[in-house]
Amino acid sequence: MDLILEGLLKAFHLIVSLDAEVLGITWLSLKVSGSATLISVVIGISCGMLVALNRFPGKKLLVSVVNTGMGLPPVVVGLFVTVFLWRNGPFGFLDILYTPSAMILAQAIIATPIVMGISIAALQNLPAKLRFQILSLGATRLQMVGILIREARLPLMAAVMAGFGGVISEVGASIMVGGNIMGYSRVLTTATVMETGRGNFDVAFALSIILLLLVFLVNYIFTLIQQRERPR
Amino acid sequence: MSTTDSIVSIENLKVELGGVSILDIPSFCIAEKEFVSLIGPNGSGKSTLLLVLNSLLKPVAGRVVYRGEEISSREAAFRYRRMVSMVFQEPLLFDTTVYKNVASGLKIRGIKRDEIRERVMRYLKCFNIEHLANRSARKLSGGESQRTSLARAFAIEPEIIFLDEPFSALDPPTRHALTDDLEKIVRETGITTVMVTHDQSEALRMSDRIAVMNNGQIVQSGTPSVVMNNPVNEFVANFVGMETVLVGSVLKNNDGSLLISISGREVDAIGEMQPNDEVYCCIRPENVTIEIRDPDDFTSARNIFAARILDIDSMGPFLKLSLDCGFPLVSYVTREAFATLGLAEGKEVYASFKATSIHLIRKGV
Amino acid sequence: MKFFRNLPVFCAAVLLALAAFGVSPASAATKSIILATTTSTQDSGLLDVLIPTFEKDTGYMVKTISVGSGQAMKMGEKGEADVLLVHSPDAEKKFVAEGFGINRRLVMHNDFIIVGPAADPAKIKAEKSSKEALKKIAAANALFLSRGDNSGTNALEKKLWKATGLTVEGQKWYQQTGLGMGETLNIAAEKKGYTITDRGTYLALKKTLGLDILVEGDASLLNIYHVIEVNPAKWPKVNSAGAKAFADFVVSRKAQAIIKTFGIKKFGSPLFFPDAGKKE
Repeated sequence: MDLILEGLLKAFHLIVSLDAEVLGITWLSLKVSGSATLISVVIGISCGMLVALNRFPGKKLLVSVVNTGMGLPPVVVGLFVTVFLWRNGPFGFLDILYTPSAMILAQAIIATPIVMGISIAALQNLPAKLRFQILSLGATRLQMVGILIREARLPLMAAVMAGFGGVISEVGASIMVGGNIMGYSRVLTTATVMETGRGNFDVAFALSIILLLLVFLVNYIFTLIQQRERPR
Repeated sequence: MSTTDSIVSIENLKVELGGVSILDIPSFCIAEKEFVSLIGPNGSGKSTLLLVLNSLLKPVAGRVVYRGEEISSREAAFRYRRMVSMVFQEPLLFDTTVYKNVASGLKIRGIKRDEIRERVMRYLKCFNIEHLANRSARKLSGGESQRTSLARAFAIEPEIIFLDEPFSALDPPTRHALTDDLEKIVRETGITTVMVTHDQSEALRMSDRIAVMNNGQIVQSGTPSVVMNNPVNEFVANFVGMETVLVGSVLKNNDGSLLISISGREVDAIGEMQPNDEVYCCIRPENVTIEIRDPDDFTSARNIFAARILDIDSMGPFLKLSLDCGFPLVSYVTREAFATLGLAEGKEVYASFKATSIHLIRKGV
Repeated sequence: MKFFRNLPVFCAAVLLALAAFGVSPASAATKSIILATTTSTQDSGLLDVLIPTFEKDTGYMVKTISVGSGQAMKMGEKGEADVLLVHSPDAEKKFVAEGFGINRRLVMHNDFIIVGPAADPAKIKAEKSSKEALKKIAAANALFLSRGDNSGTNALEKKLWKATGLTVEGQKWYQQTGLGMGETLNIAAEKKGYTITDRGTYLALKKTLGLDILVEGDASLLNIYHVIEVNPAKWPKVNSAGAKAFADFVVSRKAQAIIKTFGIKKFGSPLFFPDAGKKE
């Protein structure tokens, strides 16, 4: 119990004193997971729209693959990405192993099926004739896409939050492809594991609390956006 | 009316889905400012035709021509779509206020905010929903929703408006009120209208022309009175509410005055068929008059039969009598007349109808 | 499917995302070195002092990947690391013999100790011979935690057990954690068991641990560190210049001085003993 108290105190201390290393780790967490979420949102929502609004052979198979992807174990993704990015591996020439870019890549792979799967469900839930109605009002294809996204904004926002939540909390893949290098590829989750391993429980707790605060803050903002502008 | 006179027309149209033919229409034209109703049973392709006319659905074969120019490219289809609009059976409103819904078509076109405001308020007023401007679209009744959908479509001030059973999901009083408002606006703006409907009285009341569809084809197209009173075949006759359709054979043709044998009885009619021709004889129930006493003295109708009332059904303000006069006959009487004449099931009465009110269709058409 | 016209837009968005967050896709290949080392070395905190000094002096960027000795050498075998800093002499000799490593040089040593609960059920305290201590633990069926992860520590531990002539695999009291040194120590403390650890990690955790040093000083408990450059002849993609620069640094006077004094301020005694240049 005193461990948690110690952790709380340490967390408070670290935040208030604007400890440079902790700030750096926190900012990197946000950058890496933020970029990964952004990529997964762009790919996930647009591909989700393509799948939801079109008929094609093998559609059910594709959707079930995507849904399976939602439960992809991050550690497995990390292993595959590592092997691919090894110097002597197929993508070694990119030379991005043990960099934040590799972490963004792995996290994007983890988040994209989540965002895409929920987007497909969200868009399929719109009335079937809505597309025709929008086009009949004279919308261009692009305008139609924008309006459909707006109409499905509630579940789509949930998809974004699910994607972000899935990667900001991820540790297995991040350690494997990032290397947890101090000041370079160390993020809140990987630092927590390391500090726990070293026995520095108070620091580990502090980092955990900071991570929770970060996740809460981001989701609070997302939720505000999701729930705004709904006329009474 | 040729392709060149019409505002929009289709030629040699074929639409297929999964190998099944949904539409097969050699030609169909709509004139400017015309109000055309499409009627037909479920699955006849009416909604599909509307989607093609709107350039929302691409046909397998055939072309759509707008003001003499074929719509052949995606850009042309897009430009055409900006000149027309459509209202569906479900209101399909956006999750925002009524005002923003009605403004959406204008916003899509990039019209300036002030002009949007003026137009939106004008059309909200037209459809009597001004007071709902700031209401959320989720909080509207069925009638209010459909009014919003209509206002949204009309606010664009399209050249042609397409309506796909816009009122069938509403209760009768709401439907009546909306039909009134729609009729008023169509008349005031002179907008070309194409409406799919199940309600024949609606079609009768508002249309310049009615097109009857069956199995993806247009079976008959003409003014309401022509379609209702001169159906071109048995299907149309049944569909437009000719309650009595009997098979007979022509006995005599006296200079256009025909004598037809129906189930052993002789009936006077007007037509061009020749003796031994087999014909369908269609009689609208409103044209069959019921009397208690033999009306031979006071009616000019040549067809008078003794009949027995077999069955009585309620048809709203009317009562539908199913009669047997050697052949089956259907008549509509008002409830007042029913009461005054003291009619009842099983009663023996006299049924009469004029020779001119029998519509003949050559059998095999 | 008209959306595939926008495929270039996707790619642009992806690259934009990477760039916008200030992360460049390719770190300069010549300027970064992958150093594979062990968790115990990393956890001691020594590298946190050595590496920034090296980076400042040379401008190289060192990516320290800390895994067990076994995995570190595997990485070297596959050419996925440039230089190794490990402490598993037998495996290292094999590594060099098979042509995977060159310039194996002595860097420093620290020692291992046997720790356990203050109650000491196997009565090994102050035992001079580690071999005898282990035999006593086996005889008492006392709980012993092994790292079981092919690390340098694990290799030494297995070597010591082998010297006793006893088979410990499969015995109920011999438990393998598969984890790093710090975690294994925590588990040993929690379960009141014995374990073999390097002095550095123990000292770092001493305050919160609750385990006592029971056996130390035996020659067979010495833990010797070498630096090995991965052989560029086997793997041309290796940053051999960088590897050499790092290896040279680690045995340089400057680095050796740092090693000599590391830990004194925090623990009162140094954690490592510099050995560069000495005879093996």
